[in-house]
Amino acid sequence: MPPLLEIDNLYTQFFTSAGTVRAVDGISYVVEEGETVAIVGESGCGKSVSALSILRLIPDPPGRIVEGSIRFMGRELLQLSDEEIRHVRGREIAMVFQEPMTSLNPVLTIGRQLTETLTHHLDMDDDAARARALELLDLVGISDPDRRLGQYPHHLSGGMRQRVMIAMALCCEPKLIIADEPTTALDVTIQAQILELMKELTRNMGVALIIITHNLGVVARYADRVNVMYAGKIIERGTALDIYHSPAHPYTLALLRSVPRMDQPRKEKLDPVEGQPPDLTTLDEGCPFRPRCRYVVDRCAEENPLLEPVSEGHLSACWEKDRLRGPLKEAS
Amino acid sequence: MYKYIVKRVLLMIPTLIGAAVLVFFILRLIPGDVCELRLAGSGLYADPAEIELCRTNLGLNDPIPVQFADFVWGFFILDLGDSMWTGKPITFEIGLRFQLSLQVAFMATFVAVLISIPLGTISAIKQDTWIDYVVRVFSIAGIAIPSFWLGIMIILGLLIATQKFLGTPWMPPIEYVSPLEDPLGNMAQLIWPSVATGYRYSAVATRMTRSALLEVLREDYIRTARAKGLLEKVIINRHALKNSLLPVVTVIGIEFAFLMGGLVVTEQVFNLNGLGKLFVESVLNNDYTMTQALVMIVVAVFVFTNFVVDLFYAWLDPRIRYG
Repeated sequence: MPPLLEIDNLYTQFFTSAGTVRAVDGISYVVEEGETVAIVGESGCGKSVSALSILRLIPDPPGRIVEGSIRFMGRELLQLSDEEIRHVRGREIAMVFQEPMTSLNPVLTIGRQLTETLTHHLDMDDDAARARALELLDLVGISDPDRRLGQYPHHLSGGMRQRVMIAMALCCEPKLIIADEPTTALDVTIQAQILELMKELTRNMGVALIIITHNLGVVARYADRVNVMYAGKIIERGTALDIYHSPAHPYTLALLRSVPRMDQPRKEKLDPVEGQPPDLTTLDEGCPFRPRCRYVVDRCAEENPLLEPVSEGHLSACWEKDRLRGPLKEAS
Repeated sequence: MYKYIVKRVLLMIPTLIGAAVLVFFILRLIPGDVCELRLAGSGLYADPAEIELCRTNLGLNDPIPVQFADFVWGFFILDLGDSMWTGKPITFEIGLRFQLSLQVAFMATFVAVLISIPLGTISAIKQDTWIDYVVRVFSIAGIAIPSFWLGIMIILGLLIATQKFLGTPWMPPIEYVSPLEDPLGNMAQLIWPSVATGYRYSAVATRMTRSALLEVLREDYIRTARAKGLLEKVIINRHALKNSLLPVVTVIGIEFAFLMGGLVVTEQVFNLNGLGKLFVESVLNNDYTMTQALVMIVVAVFVFTNFVVDLFYAWLDPRIRYG
């Protein structure tokens, strides 16, 4: 059986006056049914663009998917007509966005925003849609759903709004939910609640989840598989365990070291990733991470390494991946 | 909400009083008065005693505070008095003209809304395509072309077209008839000035709609709506337009209030006996009572329109709640 979602060699670029931004530069990954896949990387590495590309939500102009294929349940999404892709959006693949404050329409009631998807995709009448909306609000843990339906987003807290977003995503029982930094804008305590909720609901309903984040804690706890992105490319892939316990790319390693940890003495200094992310308009032949890399060798400037296996299911795009997996682990 | 409405209505009183003070004193700073103009206006010799008598009759020799009190009191009991120039009751002079100006203002607003919202929307959706350019040229032309010139062109165009196709030239009637008596005749007269002013008025509103909508279309919630797979039509109409109408409503409100007293030249072109013309005449004649009454009416229209615009805001955007 083919995987639920198969992204192959995807290139998304933005054509701006400053040059062509290679936001997604040839990524490939697979999402199996019911699985949770994380895409990790710092701001501007192309992770959100890769997610928006799946539903063809890249604003055009200036952006365009220039090459590649996205197969969902055997269908090539990039070949669908505008009409057909609209039937996929919201119905088979749903999205949860980063900012619950701005991602809900301020002038429409919660009820309206929930039911419009139902009436549109499932041809429900108003009463049925309302009943389903109540059910969904209850499911995502919103108290007093009857009253909430008539309220506007500004009546709700950030966490509640994100719950509404999740309810909206679940509306049509999609096969896949793409969550683009779903907790970044929320309080830490609320973050955990929202993530637990998403995990529980997706598990129970058998929905696959792509979770885009820069939070490695999220990855460790919720993801089955992890793709680490840097400069528009996937530079490491593996299970959460692989990534955490035996990172095989200097960037992943640097990311892990830059996160404060409870089990380390407070006195110990954090080790941030030095330098700036590269300018995606001026990428050269070599590895884009090399200016910031502590393990750089001559070859890095000449040739960009491909994603190659280091062990079963664990891949890394680094010339020095084998050296990394050895003694360096102890250093961290 | 009711508390808010009451508060707003009460707040109109100080605004009106402020306007009353200003107009009262500024008028009296203009050299000369209505009696001099009436009796000696054409350069003839007038008997000073006669002028003095006229002043006494009109109350111009009363102490200023008494005159002011008279004026304000008259307003409170809704008795505007007589025109100093014609001697006829002001309510009579203003009545018909007010009706005409109000109708033109409403019709011009209607024309403007009818043009600006669809055009602004289409221009934003088709940003940077030829459609957008055509709409932008059309609306810039609206700002650049004075409406009186457009009015002249409309009349000329009508004359030429009817001459050519119907054999006899036709132009809009000059005599005002109430829309209740003869709706067709009324329209035949007033539709043209409404179009001429409505076009200029729509130009500002079109540009406002376009830029507001462009801004809204970049919002996150529009992306959310797209991700839901909604039809583009629904996204624009339900999700984007309501959010982008706030600045448009503001422009429409201000323009509407302006039309009530500011259509001086267009009224001349179409030979309309509206408030604008009366306004100019009353100022030229130093007709204090008439000018004061007109200013107060225009101020009241402005204040009231602003109030209506504010209520519109609350309806458009649920985040705005007045208390």
